[in-house]
Amino acid sequence: MSAEGGQIVDHSDGREVVLKLRGVRTQFGDHVIHDKLDFDIFRGEVVGLVGGSGTGKSVLLRTIIGLNPLRSGTIEILGVDSQAVSGRQQQALQARTGVQFQDGALFSSLSVADNIIVPIREHAGLDESLMQSIAGLKIAMVGLPPDTGDKKPSELSGGMRKRASLARALALDPELLFLDEPTAGLDPIGATHYDELIDQLRQSLGLTVLMVTHDLDSLNAICDRIAVLLDKRVVVGTMDEMLAYDHPWVREYFHGPRGRAAIRQE
Amino acid sequence: MVEPDPTLRYVERGGASVLEVGGTWTVFSMGRLRTAIDKARRSTDGGNRAAANRVDATQLHRLDTAGALEILQLAGGGPDTEVQTAEERHAELFKVVRDNMCVPPKPRHVDWITHWLEELGRDLIGLGKQTAALSAFIGEIVVVFLGACVQPRRFRVGAIVRQMLEVWIKALLIVGVLTFLIGVVIAYQGVQQLRQFGAETFTVEAVGIGMFRELGVLLTAIIVAGRSGSAFTAQIGTMQVNQEVDAMRTIGLNPIEWLVLPRILALVLAMPLLAFWGNMTGLLGGAVACTIYLDFTFVQFFDRLRDTVGIWHFYTGMIKSPVFGFIIAAIGCFEGLQVRGSAESVGQLTTRSVVESIFCVIVLDAVFSIIFLLANV
Repeated sequence: MSAEGGQIVDHSDGREVVLKLRGVRTQFGDHVIHDKLDFDIFRGEVVGLVGGSGTGKSVLLRTIIGLNPLRSGTIEILGVDSQAVSGRQQQALQARTGVQFQDGALFSSLSVADNIIVPIREHAGLDESLMQSIAGLKIAMVGLPPDTGDKKPSELSGGMRKRASLARALALDPELLFLDEPTAGLDPIGATHYDELIDQLRQSLGLTVLMVTHDLDSLNAICDRIAVLLDKRVVVGTMDEMLAYDHPWVREYFHGPRGRAAIRQE
Repeated sequence: MVEPDPTLRYVERGGASVLEVGGTWTVFSMGRLRTAIDKARRSTDGGNRAAANRVDATQLHRLDTAGALEILQLAGGGPDTEVQTAEERHAELFKVVRDNMCVPPKPRHVDWITHWLEELGRDLIGLGKQTAALSAFIGEIVVVFLGACVQPRRFRVGAIVRQMLEVWIKALLIVGVLTFLIGVVIAYQGVQQLRQFGAETFTVEAVGIGMFRELGVLLTAIIVAGRSGSAFTAQIGTMQVNQEVDAMRTIGLNPIEWLVLPRILALVLAMPLLAFWGNMTGLLGGAVACTIYLDFTFVQFFDRLRDTVGIWHFYTGMIKSPVFGFIIAAIGCFEGLQVRGSAESVGQLTTRSVVESIFCVIVLDAVFSIIFLLANV
């Protein structure tokens, strides 16, 4: 590893670092999951996080968004050390990031529109009618039909719940978006639309995205760089660098039949 | 970081009304916008404003989707609204928002009497369906039970024993404490009231008959409904949410046999045991109160109890208890299987299960009173 932040070569290109992990260590009991992990994400890029089962992809994501305790190291989100912030700063930080959980994690007692309004009401507090139209806008932006707003999450299909959850994550126009397996369980058409949606949102809203995914098509289509969890640390590089990277797991992942199929389509 | 407030004004340009916006238009800054909007509206005459479907956004500092939406709405909101922007990303944002804007549907207005009638009708139909479904469910339980009588290995003894531990052993303490206290209270009240007639020794009958016939078993049933009936609904309901019940069906396991029957049998067995225990602790409470307020000894209390309170008072309570156990368990399991979809549904149905089972227990108690009255016991 030559460059900083787990990179194979330096990709910073003078861009602002929006997420900076240094020496991160997480463990459950005696079981160390990540150790001395460095990881940088730059503004405006989409990074895919991959790794074998049990390498702690979700744990790393949960640690970054503050749901898991950090044993040592630092995590800087949008230039703010997330360990050292006060309650109010933390709230402000949360308003600038959005999270889409794997199964949606929509509040089951609220309609989809109210789910989207919750963060807006909490952090911005606008007119009811404007919040309603913002909710309608987000619902349309993620490609859901307009009547979805009045429905309860339990009335939606899995794919629709994912989109609704993305709409909630986008409620405050976050700068940094975390997605946990966003295309898992979607049909290929739905997954492709989802990728296009993320790409479009990235361009129009200037989003930075970190997504845990195993969808090689997504990795290939929209991710600028790929972060691979290997031996408790992260290796980040472009698709080309990953294809050339010499590690048995990486080689099997990207050169296996599925990997080849996804890359050949280019 | 201090960001400029959002600004807007309507200007005349080339004979048309143009909405000029500047500053920061984001979801966070727009709270400060209301006054600016009102001011801008006042400063133009009302007629032109609605027709302003041109926007000059060249002086925008920052913009997000919420801001772009509000600007387009202020400009009239038509899809042909022309927007001039200085920055490419702002133009992109306006495009995304314009493509996705929709008119929020107007909430349907119904006057309260129609609404009330609609709700009433819906509730009545719901009640009818619920009763039919519960009857069908009880029928299904009976079928599975009879099937298990033919093939006894289908009584899942392990599951029944585990459930007995939960609904019987672990309930002993709370049932004992509460009936003991009620025994004390009844004895105390009995002494106070009966003393006025010089009949305070009848307190023993009051405690004995009251406990055996009604209070012991009713209190136990209410505690069990709150404790075990609700647990049944929540357990089975959560399994329903996780599709565990569906998984059982696909493997060929009948949920009635595996989930419902063990719980029902456990509670049918546990209720008489608990009610008996409740009767005993209740009497003990009464006896303790009598030694304090009546100068009775324990021996005097139980002697009088034996002499004056017939055994049938005890039997009536014991006959009722397994029936109460059955209805509590059946409703608890039934509501659990009614759970659909969400965590909220588990909560709603758990509440409903407790309310319904207590309601049914008290109605059944009244029915039993009539039966015992007719049977003269």
